[in-house]
Amino acid sequence: MSWWQRLLNRRDLLKVGAGASAALVGAAALAQRTPNATRTADGHPIDHGGHGGNRMIGTVDHTKNGFDPLQLLTDWDYGKVSRLPNGQTLREYTFIAQEKDIEIAPGVTFPAWTYNGRVPGPTIRCTEGDRLRVRLINQSRHPHTIHFHGVHPWEMDGVPGAGAGEIPPGGSTVYEFDAEPFGCHLYHCHATSLKRHIHKGMYGAFIIDPEQGRPPAREFVMMQNAFDTNFDGGNEVYAVNTIGFEYARRPIPVQKGELVRLYLINILEFDLINSFHLHGNMFDYYDHGTTLTPTSRIVDTTMQAQGQRGIVEFRYKYTGQFMFHPHISEFTELGWMGMFNVVEPKDFPRALQDVGLNDTWNERALNGFAAKQKGSAT
Amino acid sequence: MSADATPVRKPSAVWAFALVPIALLGVLIAYLVITGGGLRELSGPPVEQVKVTRVTLPSEGLVRLQVVNDGPQSVTISQVLVDDAFWAFTASPSTNVPRFGRVTIDVPYPWVEGDAHHLQLLSSIGTVFKAEIPVAQRTPQPNRDLFWQFGLVGLYVGLIPIALGMLWYPWMRHLNANAINFILSLTVGLLIFLAIGTWLDALEFAAELPAFWQGVPAVALVALLSFGVLLALGTRRNGEEPSPLGVSTRIAVGIGLHNLGEGLAIGAAFALGEAALGTFLILGFTLHNITEGVGIAAPLVKKNPGWRAFVLLALIAGGPAIFGTWLGGFAFNPVLATVFLAVGVGAIAQVVWEVGGMVVRASRHAGLPNATWLNLAGVTAGVVIMYVTAFLVKF
Ligand SMILES: [Cu+2]
Repeated sequence: MSWWQRLLNRRDLLKVGAGASAALVGAAALAQRTPNATRTADGHPIDHGGHGGNRMIGTVDHTKNGFDPLQLLTDWDYGKVSRLPNGQTLREYTFIAQEKDIEIAPGVTFPAWTYNGRVPGPTIRCTEGDRLRVRLINQSRHPHTIHFHGVHPWEMDGVPGAGAGEIPPGGSTVYEFDAEPFGCHLYHCHATSLKRHIHKGMYGAFIIDPEQGRPPAREFVMMQNAFDTNFDGGNEVYAVNTIGFEYARRPIPVQKGELVRLYLINILEFDLINSFHLHGNMFDYYDHGTTLTPTSRIVDTTMQAQGQRGIVEFRYKYTGQFMFHPHISEFTELGWMGMFNVVEPKDFPRALQDVGLNDTWNERALNGFAAKQKGSAT
Repeated sequence: MSADATPVRKPSAVWAFALVPIALLGVLIAYLVITGGGLRELSGPPVEQVKVTRVTLPSEGLVRLQVVNDGPQSVTISQVLVDDAFWAFTASPSTNVPRFGRVTIDVPYPWVEGDAHHLQLLSSIGTVFKAEIPVAQRTPQPNRDLFWQFGLVGLYVGLIPIALGMLWYPWMRHLNANAINFILSLTVGLLIFLAIGTWLDALEFAAELPAFWQGVPAVALVALLSFGVLLALGTRRNGEEPSPLGVSTRIAVGIGLHNLGEGLAIGAAFALGEAALGTFLILGFTLHNITEGVGIAAPLVKKNPGWRAFVLLALIAGGPAIFGTWLGGFAFNPVLATVFLAVGVGAIAQVVWEVGGMVVRASRHAGLPNATWLNLAGVTAGVVIMYVTAFLVKF
């Protein structure tokens, strides 16, 4: 009489029998138990930011990973800068395709395919009209490419069958083109199979500044990404800049009243859309970053489909810890959630210190555009 | 003859011969373990496998998972997701589960009574292991009231219907030989139905076991073994017929094991929040199981063993339902459940064999062929009665 398994999904039946079960439940002793862990391993109270038990256990070893999401926020890569005979600025980059196991959530490793051993890859930052020369060296066991968004000749498109096509293991190629138009773009591998090459981690931000620049601001790059750890065509861990909940564990310091600018890019695979929602504030949004005036004003949520991006600008009126996350609850609870730690200017050094940051980070955040005008090479 | 005889050796030398293969085997194993046997290149990527053997809700806001590693290597549970959200948890003794090891994971999660919840364990290499709570309900804690209530459920579905079925005995004694043969055939029919049902139950439990238990083959082997053992015990040396009381006792034991499994299922369903037995379900079981009493009493029609024997038989056959409900509700063990049910299959099959033999012999006495239409009708009636009454307890 294998009746019992049939009962599993029979909610109606269960309600009929509810009288009996209620009696049983009522009779059950109340052995109340409180969760014993109230603090994370690194000492943060678990309830900070109001996300309660929705969190990961432990911390990620950023040193072993070779990159720290807080550093990634401001890690502009201007390339090796020189001047061409025609007066044009030349920026040269070397990208090495490498396979690397990275820790994407505390204790969870992912066999990533990377540019230069990090996910996302380097944030290319240049000015409209610059000449870009990007060498790709493939040191992995699979063919790869770099496909840049923006305007460029067909041979430089970085797709199979165009120009050098897919670069085989051990091979290399050079992509060279002028940076246009200005905006918040991205690059990614376009080798087949496309989905796998993207979700494995081969992508990065490609910021082309307008010649006249943008108003001074504290600037951050945020790549909305996710990882399919069991390769079933659905993501397990969601994040911005790779590590789930990292900015909830270590809130990003900003000052009250200052202009904050986010270069927001959605490089999600397997899910059609992603979104960005800011707490305690409204923002202006520049779709694709290709305009100097906002394409939507005073909104607190914006949506991006796969490969879509834009610039988010806001100022905080109040101090405090304000969440940001996609208004897709599922992604939020799966790791794509962080916090801005908004403080008075006088409290800023302390806020930096609290999350292991220093003045260099602050400088980079404030001078993303200005720094490269000096032609500095990092 | 003597020329062919093997030379006499000391016993110690003979033992040495027996130990040679074992010693060489030890050398081979040591070689494989130490050097890899030149097969290192064959070793593939890691294979992770764990089984969530039980999910309980011991209190408000707490989900507890029992996890067994039934894979070839140790597994680290790095993160836990509840309803597609990462969640805080504690693991004892550790998040690392060695091969064959078990770990208890406590998740302080605000589960909602009556809702379904989905659990996922994320390993250090990103493998996902799933479990679910079909209908959230506090796991019953052992206490006197609940103990009593579970006992009542077992009483209603096991002991009482069997006792009621036995009350047909006085009437059965007045039946003629043909009618008795019919009732014995009917007993065979209902036992066949029970054997199939118990077999399927055993397979369902077996499917939930960690892989190393090899549940399905184990069920078949345990059933076969118990059938064999009971057959050997039931065989009379001088070809004399088995005593009616002996047959009845074995029927009672077989049905008892079946009812133990039934009780386990009921208790476990309560414990897992998967079922709530309504009064009408209990009625259904009572009606369904009443034939079991007829089956036990049928071999006794020619010789009344006295009322004490009937009480004992009823306890043997029906009592295990009470036991099973307690076990299933308070200390559910899927391995034991599978073994009990598999033994039950063997036991029931053995009494089918035995009662079938009685029917055949009775037919021969009457100068009829082994399989008469009357016998066939009896078997069919037995199966049909069980089948039709099962409508009341199948949903
Ligand atoms: Cu690639």
